[in-house]
Amino acid sequence: MGPLVINEIISENTNFLLAFLIGIAFGWVLESSGFSSSRKLAGIFYGYDTVVLKVFFTGAITCMLGLLFMGLFGWIDLDLVYVNPTYLTSAIVGGVVMGVGFIMGGFCPGTSFCGAAIGKIDAMVFIGGLFIGVYGFAFTYGWWEKLYLAKYLGEPKVSQSLGLSDGLFGLLLIMAALVMFWVAEWAEKKFPREEY
Amino acid sequence: MATNEVKKTKYLNPYLGGVLLGLVLLSANFISGRGLGASGAVKSVVATTIKAVDKDAVTTMPFMKEYADSHSGNPMKSWLVFEMLGVLVGGFLSGTIAGRLKLKVEHSPKITAKRRLVFALAGGVLFGFGSQLGRGCTSGSALSGMAVLSLGGFITMMAIFGTAFGMAYFLRKNWI
Repeated sequence: MGPLVINEIISENTNFLLAFLIGIAFGWVLESSGFSSSRKLAGIFYGYDTVVLKVFFTGAITCMLGLLFMGLFGWIDLDLVYVNPTYLTSAIVGGVVMGVGFIMGGFCPGTSFCGAAIGKIDAMVFIGGLFIGVYGFAFTYGWWEKLYLAKYLGEPKVSQSLGLSDGLFGLLLIMAALVMFWVAEWAEKKFPREEY
Repeated sequence: MATNEVKKTKYLNPYLGGVLLGLVLLSANFISGRGLGASGAVKSVVATTIKAVDKDAVTTMPFMKEYADSHSGNPMKSWLVFEMLGVLVGGFLSGTIAGRLKLKVEHSPKITAKRRLVFALAGGVLFGFGSQLGRGCTSGSALSGMAVLSLGGFITMMAIFGTAFGMAYFLRKNWI
C-alpha cells in the first residue's frame, strides 16, 4: 500500500497538496510545543527547559515504531522509504557546524520558520542567515566537494551497523529515551525558570 | 472551558507534542516515502535564484550540477517547498489561537536586542552552511533520519546536539 506516491496510488500534484497540509500540521505541532521561542529551545543546553529533547525523541520514536509496525503488517513497503545516505565525514563536520549555529542562533531551520510565522524578529534574521549560509556553500562548493563526498557508506541502518535487529535496536532506543526523560524531568526541577 | 487551566498549560504537553510530531512524520513517510525537512526548501529557493541570474550555472557551478543531478524539474515545485509554506501557515495559526502573535526580538534580559540579532544572523549562516554539508538539518537529517534508523541521521543528530552542549558554557550569557 504505502508509500502512496511511489506506488502511484496518488498523483504527484496530490502529493504537493498533501505536502502543504503535512507542513501545516508540522508547523502547528512545533509552534504549540513552544518551538517558536529560541529561549525555550536553548533551554535544553542549560537544563532549564528540556522540551526539545522530549518532543524530538518522542517524535522520532513514535514514527520509528509506526514504520516498523506498518512494515510488519504489510501496510508499507519499507524498501521504498527513503533512508538518508551516510557520508561519514560530512555527517560529522556538517553536524558540528550546525551545532555551533544552534547554540549561537537558538533556532534550527524548521523552528526559525515557526518563530518567524508568529513575529519573532530574531527568527527572521536567522532565516536571512540561513540563506547567506546556503549561498555561501553553493558558491564555495568546489572547496568542500571532497569533504562532502568522503567516506560514503551507502544507506546503512544504525541497527545493521550495530549488528542488531531493527526491533531490538528500537527497544534499546526507547529505554535510552526513558532514561533521558527521567534526567530531563530532574534537571527542570533543579534549574527552574519562568516560562518563555 | 476552564480559563485558569488554559493559563497554566501555555504550551502543549511535550510528550503529547512528540507523539503528534511522530504521527506527522509517519504520515509523510506513508504518503510520500520521505520524511520532513526544512533546509531543503531554502536550498530550492537558492538554486532557483542562481538559475535565474545565471542560466549557465548548471554547467559552470559544481553545486548547481550536483543539485540538478539530484533534483529534476523546477526547483520550486518541490515537496519541501510546499511543506515549508505549510509550516508558516501552521505556525501562524497555532500562534494566533494561543495569543502568541507579536512582533518582537526575544532575548535574555542580560543582553541587548542588537547582540541577540547579531548572534541570530551568525547562527543562521552557520546552520545554513552546515545543513548543506550535512545533507539536511535537524528535521531532514536528524529527526527524519533517526525515524528510519539511518546511521547518518543518528551521527548528525549526535554531532549537532553534542557540539551545542559543548559550546553552551561559552555562550551562557546569551541565554541564562
